[in-house]
Amino acid sequence: MIVPFGHVLLLAALLFLMGLSCTIARRNLVMILIGVEIMLNASGLALVASSLRWMSMDGQALTALILGVAASEVTVGLALVMAVRRASGSLDADRQTALKEDDR
Amino acid sequence: MSVYGVLFYALGGLMLAATTLAVTSRSLVHAVVYLVNAFFATGLLFYLLGAPLLAAFEIIIYAGAIMVLFLFIVMLTRQDKPLAGGVSLMRWLLPGLTSLVSLAAGTALVFSGGATGVPLAPAMASPRDLGRALFSRWWLGVEIVSFLLLVALVGALYLGRAPREGAAAGKSPGDAP
Repeated sequence: MIVPFGHVLLLAALLFLMGLSCTIARRNLVMILIGVEIMLNASGLALVASSLRWMSMDGQALTALILGVAASEVTVGLALVMAVRRASGSLDADRQTALKEDDR
Repeated sequence: MSVYGVLFYALGGLMLAATTLAVTSRSLVHAVVYLVNAFFATGLLFYLLGAPLLAAFEIIIYAGAIMVLFLFIVMLTRQDKPLAGGVSLMRWLLPGLTSLVSLAAGTALVFSGGATGVPLAPAMASPRDLGRALFSRWWLGVEIVSFLLLVALVGALYLGRAPREGAAAGKSPGDAP
């Protein structure tokens, strides 16, 4: 045996909550994206563990799909970060208060 | 405890430590490098839990491609001053409290018995099995993700294009007759 299934779930929950706290508490846009990445990774860990628990390939297949979702999310997210940085000159999420580029 | 159990707890502790350091780090570069550590440990954990192909994907895509992309962005958007108020305690109070409540509920649920106490038996799923499951039962998901990647590519190209000269003069594409 490796470990009880619940321990893997707890590890995944801890990582997910850390990513969530990072997304909520940090103000830097790049750190917010990093928090989202941590959350996606933690959900993948829980899925792989469930795949082993029930001896089914569904969890691993879903994790492979999550990899694609994470890749596209980070691509668009970082492009948005660059666009925001170009528009306002700052990466601080609290400082993005204007909808138009000129009104700041 | 078997050697697998020792490996799991060591890797899990490494992941938690690296993620904590990354989340609370003042410097973006340090955060990204700590996160590479955490994702590498996740890859090894995937291998331990019987998913060798996903372990390789995790290291190639997460620890490799995604984190290099983050590093590029961090380098491109050089900060003049250290992150302002990145680690102030008040900002962490509410997320920490809500996380603790969720974690307490989850712990109670996990240790209340039932299906979560089942010990995991070591097993290894071959890449052939994963590919077969992916392209037979999950073919629709594969199609959706491929479409999503295409949309992300177009979106990144659109967002990352150089600002046009005409945009400053108040002319937008919608104004064209």
